[in-house]
Amino acid sequence: MYSNYLALQETLKDAWRRGADAIFCLGDLGAFGPHPDRACEILRKNEIAVVQGNYDNSIGNRLQDCQCGYTDPRDNYFAKLSYNYTYANTAEDHKRWMKTLPGEIRLEMGKYRALLCHGSPRKMNEFLWESTTPTHFLEKLCRDYRADIICATHTGLHWQRELPGDKYFANVGVIGRPENNGQTSVGYMLLEVNDTPRFTYVPVEYDYQRLAGEMREEKLPEEFVETILTGWWTTCLEVLPAKERKRGRF
Amino acid sequence: MEIIPAEIPEKEIAHPDIHLDGLDNLWFQVGGTLCNIACGHCFISCSPANRSFGFMALEQVERYLKESLEIGVKEYYFTGGEPFMNRQILDILQLTLGYGPATVLTNGMLIKEKTARRLQELEAGSIYSLEIRVSLDGYSEEMNDAIRGKGVFQKTLRGVRLLYEYGFLPIITVAKTWEDHEDETVLNGFINTLKVNGCARPRLKILPSLKIGREIARDRGYDRYEMVTEAMLEGYDCSQLICSNSRIATDRGVFVCPILIESEDAYLGETLKEATKSYRLKQQACYTCYLYGAICSNFTG
Ligand code: SF4
Ligand code: SF4
Repeated sequence: MYSNYLALQETLKDAWRRGADAIFCLGDLGAFGPHPDRACEILRKNEIAVVQGNYDNSIGNRLQDCQCGYTDPRDNYFAKLSYNYTYANTAEDHKRWMKTLPGEIRLEMGKYRALLCHGSPRKMNEFLWESTTPTHFLEKLCRDYRADIICATHTGLHWQRELPGDKYFANVGVIGRPENNGQTSVGYMLLEVNDTPRFTYVPVEYDYQRLAGEMREEKLPEEFVETILTGWWTTCLEVLPAKERKRGRF
Repeated sequence: MEIIPAEIPEKEIAHPDIHLDGLDNLWFQVGGTLCNIACGHCFISCSPANRSFGFMALEQVERYLKESLEIGVKEYYFTGGEPFMNRQILDILQLTLGYGPATVLTNGMLIKEKTARRLQELEAGSIYSLEIRVSLDGYSEEMNDAIRGKGVFQKTLRGVRLLYEYGFLPIITVAKTWEDHEDETVLNGFINTLKVNGCARPRLKILPSLKIGREIARDRGYDRYEMVTEAMLEGYDCSQLICSNSRIATDRGVFVCPILIESEDAYLGETLKEATKSYRLKQQACYTCYLYGAICSNFTG
């Protein structure tokens, strides 16, 4: 989410228009963008079920940092800036609400048991990238956590894989910022279960110029604004594995 | 930090046991202790003549890869010695990339055009990442070769340039051998050197030096009080330690971590399953892990 309330509005409209039965948000409500309260208000007003992300856990528990799991000093510098901004601009009532969010949501979809989480079922801030997550590792997560479908986010890049034995994994992506592909759109994942589960990634266009303008007004780093305007990541690059890193510009 | 008074005998000091949370990272000592060079700071004293550990054969690696499926290993790392001295390394990497992501730690000197081209093919043929980490310990010939040996700087940079030409973004790993106040100068030095050598997007990783192996003579060994005790782990995040999530397979069985393969008590068994038992942090190198945390994923090479 990363405070991108403008993209959230467009996402909800799109999902409702498609007749989605339920909408879930997999966490990290704040970070990166402006006015963190606005996204919280929209989610709460519309009673969207939310899984707690590491960011929400940090803000809700009033921790010193976002637990994003960066190891590079430059990444940590920007993570700190955005955490301090988000923390200072989140209302007390939203902080209390974030603290109560569940670490996972479970659903029955036909004969399938779905598990929704932020990073991975075993760790809220685990990165599951497409090029560093082996199929047998995902199969083990399905076994250990008794799930047929696992949905996670946290990396900022969507992907999906069908696993042996009628099991499924999807990283649902994010609506907070573009996917490091030179496009300004963001996107969400639609999950339909008829005979078998099917994931469809849906790109979402929103008023990114307005978001960029508000970020500048709030004096958020110009590096973040550039990502919104160009679709390329400029920070937090050191956590990217080789394949994902090569696809980006920086 | 708790300081142990010198008069307490070793056997009375309580060292903590670290258990394996999950075997996420499986390392392979594919190059054994054989290396084409003999760096002054090598913590397992690798050299062209050190045969304490030999090359791993493709079949040995395959046995562990198969065993890793059930255990749910997430990433595979290849180290030595110098992995590219092992004639089967490319076949080993190809096989591994069918299982999951692979990272190779190398000094880059043996990477010829043919190797780089083949690596590119292997990478393109897998859905998983192939990460190459190249060790370089100075941004100038003078600084690097003082530690790594004469002529090494030029040969390593040639390897790095080739990797770039063939589409890789190698991670340059540097063992820290300078003072904190020199950080900025040294980092800028590295970035400049890499840019001049064709690396438009330099990736750098700085590692603390481990005071074992040849580093004892080059710099110093550990002081008496530099060790990990049970009391020190109160409130400490043990997931920072490699031994909580990794093991290393060698041609002589499975050991607790890539740092301690030469310590007898670090041998944990023949199979991965046997090696999932916990390990007591008795070694002084554990103190460096304790201080610097996640120094994982990058040692020799
Ligand atoms: S040297 Fe480090 S990784 Fe190895 S056993 Fe000691 S603490 Fe663990
Ligand atoms: S540090 Fe790496 S390159 Fe140097 S001798 Fe040891 S194994 Fe070889």
